[in-house]
This record gives sequence, C-alpha cells and structure tokens, in this order.
Amino acid sequence: MKKLRDIAGVAVFTLLLWQAVVSAFALPVYILPGPLTVATALWNNQMLIAEHTLVTMLEILVGMIVGVVLGMATAIIMAWSPPIRAAFGPLLIFSQAIPIFALAPILTLWLGYGYTSKITMTVLIIFFPIASSFFDGLMHTRTDWLELSENMGATTWRRMFFMRVPAAMPALASGLKIAAVYAPIGAVIGEWVGASRGLGYLMLLANGRAKIDLMFAALIILAALTMALRAATNLFCKQFLWRYLI
Amino acid sequence: MKAPALYLEGIAKIGGSHIFGPLKFIAPAGVWTCLLGSSGVGKSTLLRLLAGLNSNINFDGRIYCDDGDPLPPRAALMLQSDLLLPWLSVLQNVMLGARLRGEKINPERAITLLKNVGLEGFEARLPHTLSGGERQRVALARTLMEDKPVMLLDEPFSALDAKTRSQMQELAARLFHGRTVVLVTHDPYEAARLGTKVLLMNHTGLVDMPPPDTPAIRPFASPEVLKYSGRLLRELHQQESMGP
Repeated sequence: MKKLRDIAGVAVFTLLLWQAVVSAFALPVYILPGPLTVATALWNNQMLIAEHTLVTMLEILVGMIVGVVLGMATAIIMAWSPPIRAAFGPLLIFSQAIPIFALAPILTLWLGYGYTSKITMTVLIIFFPIASSFFDGLMHTRTDWLELSENMGATTWRRMFFMRVPAAMPALASGLKIAAVYAPIGAVIGEWVGASRGLGYLMLLANGRAKIDLMFAALIILAALTMALRAATNLFCKQFLWRYLI
Repeated sequence: MKAPALYLEGIAKIGGSHIFGPLKFIAPAGVWTCLLGSSGVGKSTLLRLLAGLNSNINFDGRIYCDDGDPLPPRAALMLQSDLLLPWLSVLQNVMLGARLRGEKINPERAITLLKNVGLEGFEARLPHTLSGGERQRVALARTLMEDKPVMLLDEPFSALDAKTRSQMQELAARLFHGRTVVLVTHDPYEAARLGTKVLLMNHTGLVDMPPPDTPAIRPFASPEVLKYSGRLLRELHQQESMGP
C-alpha cells in the first residue's frame, strides 16, 4: 500500500513538472504537448489506441511465451550435453554481437508485414537473457547436492528435472523479469520497420501527421503496458515459483 | 542386507598435491569406525573415495569389501550440511532417492522413518521452517530411506548444539545398528562415545586407538568415555606439534 502511494506521488510530481515546463517555455503542441492535451488525445482516440494496443499486446505475449520456451530448452540442452555446450556456447555469445535492431528490416523482408516478423523480433530480443540466465543457474547447482544425487544413483535426466531445473529457478526468475521489460521493445521495433497495426505503427503514423499529442498518448500506453507486464511477471514468480525462491 | 567390512589401501592426490597415503584403512563389518583427525589430513577425501565420489581425486590403490561386491552402490552418504532441497516438503525430501532413480516411491515407509526420528506430523513442512536439529533428523530419515548396509558420515552432527548433537548421536547409533558405519569427525568426544574402532588420521597415516571395551554408544558422562576422549585429544595435540 505504501509502495502504491509512493508511485502515485511520483506520478503526480512528474505530471506537474511536465505541465510546468510546457507553460514556462510556452512550448508549442507539436514539440511537447502538455499532460492535459495528451490526456484529451487519449480520451478522444480511445478506440483507435485500444485496437492497436491489443495487436502489440498479442505480439508481446506470444513472443514472450515462445522466447521463454526456446530459451529454457536451449539452456537445458546446453547444460545437459558438454559437446553441444562447446559448440553452441560461443555461437550464443556471438549472436549477441549482432545488434538485433539491425535485423528488423531483414525479418520484415523475410517474414512479411504481419504478426510473424514482430513476434520473431520479440523472441530474438528476450531469447538471450532467458537462455543465458537459466543456463547459468543450471550450471551452478550446489556441488554437494549433485554428489548426493550421484550417491543416490540418480539418472541424468531425473537429476536435471528434479534437482538442477528447480535449483535454477531463481536465475530463471531474474531472466524473466529482464525479458518482461525487453519484450515490448522487440515488438515496437518490429512495428516501426514495417507494419499496418500496433502501437509502434500508430506512433510513427501520428508523428508523420504532426499529431504529437496522439504519439505521446500511444507512448504512455506502451509504457503502462511494459509496467503491467513486469508486474504480471513478478506476480507469476511469486505465485508459481515461490517454493523455488526460498 | 548383510553389512560388509570395508578396505581401502593406496595413495590419494588432488591435482598433483599429496593428500594421504600410502595407508591401509579397514572398517569392520556391522560397527562404527570413527576417523578422527585435524582439518586437512584427508579424512573427507577418504570418505568420498569410499562413496565413489572420486571425480577430482587421483587415487592409486584399491577399495573393496570382504564379500567381493562393489561398495559405492551399497553406501549411503550423510554430510555436515543436511542437503535438504528447499522446494520439497520434508516427506518429499525423505523420498528423494527413489524419485531421482525413477523407482516406485513408498510414502508409508518414509512416514514411518520420520516417526522413528521423532518428526511425526512434519511431513508437509518445508525445510526452511525447521530448526538445524530437525533438518538433520530429516537428513537422517532420508539416509535410512536408502536402506543401504553401509553408512558414510562426514561430520553430520558438528553444526548442532551440544545437547541436540548428543541426542542425534544416540538416535543414529540406534537406527544404524547392525550396519557398517564410517564416521569422519574432529570431535574426540564423539569418537569416544560412538566408535567400536577409532582411527586417528594424520599426515603419516592411520593410528589405531582402541576405545574402551564397553559397547557403543557409551553414556556421555561415563568416566571411561571422558578419560578416553582426553587421551585422544592429547594424541591430536602431540601429532600437531610433531608436524607433517
């Protein structure tokens, strides 16, 4: 409750500061619209914004799920097999040397203007934080636990799923929290490069038509979406992973 | 389940540095052998070798049982750290071995064992809600659940307070009765209470220190236990001053 009050306090302060800057420097609407103007734009275009928000939300959610599943599977396979680890480890690091943003035009070229290219972009952006944090967790199971499992005659896969995977949940949880913040970036970049729907597309469109108030309205919704996703991820971790985070 | 006698002879090195040996270690069948010594003389290394956990140890020698069957599959391990998995309930922790091997689990037996270690009604609790002594009792039940004729213990009671430790020693003595037990310890008093055979380990090898001929576990305040543990401690001091 105290946290909520703090957030509300910061929000009110930011809005006041924003309005003060706009009033003090008499900034024109096409440079920086005031909070009231943006709120009006938000209200007047609510159906339009809602429609594009849904598209972006869907891209983010599907991208998150696919990215998390792929990242986890990669981490488990790499932790399981030393030869695969030796072969794919450097490749995984190298993949991070390519700025993923630079891939967006290519993805659009290959996968078209629809959902697929945006989801792929989201998957690519969150894959690395998930795979690397989870892999790290899998490789750092307590040595004495592993010795106990060896003494008990555990099979490799059972040790993986009953000991190493649960023990790596705290690492996965921190990966998930990073992914929740990155995922919307992936979807929006994808939309900027080529789309006919989504918040990223709406922002570009509004910008092109000098509807800066609408652009800001979309931006605020995007920020709210990111925060909601982050909060939902935290809640998910608390609800379903708490046993593993003790 | 016939408890075998254990033999280990050879030299152990870790990464080129000499740990112990050449020495010959014998643990008679069905009784407690206590391996006493200062830190760093290789007691735990010896125990790990017996348990078959030799991945980073260079061992030149042999480990065998009097009945000719291999040792590691017949040995259960209990360490100073209770090694309870924090996400599993007490009951699930006790049944961990069966789950890791993919065998049929037997909750009735686990519940009985928990009762035997004095933890009736603790089945659904999570480890972090237990005291150190209770956690070590769960570890004891988990070790018993493995139902192996050989018990390899590496200072399992050393992190407990004096009273809890003495209770755990009595409990373990009772529950491990008839099995071959090797207990690594740095506590002369513990060796004096529990050992049917007591070996002092130092950098030159093993010294047999015959304990009082009363049966273990011996009463904690009996004069012969106190006298004998004093003798062990004096021996430890003397070896310290002689150096490696």
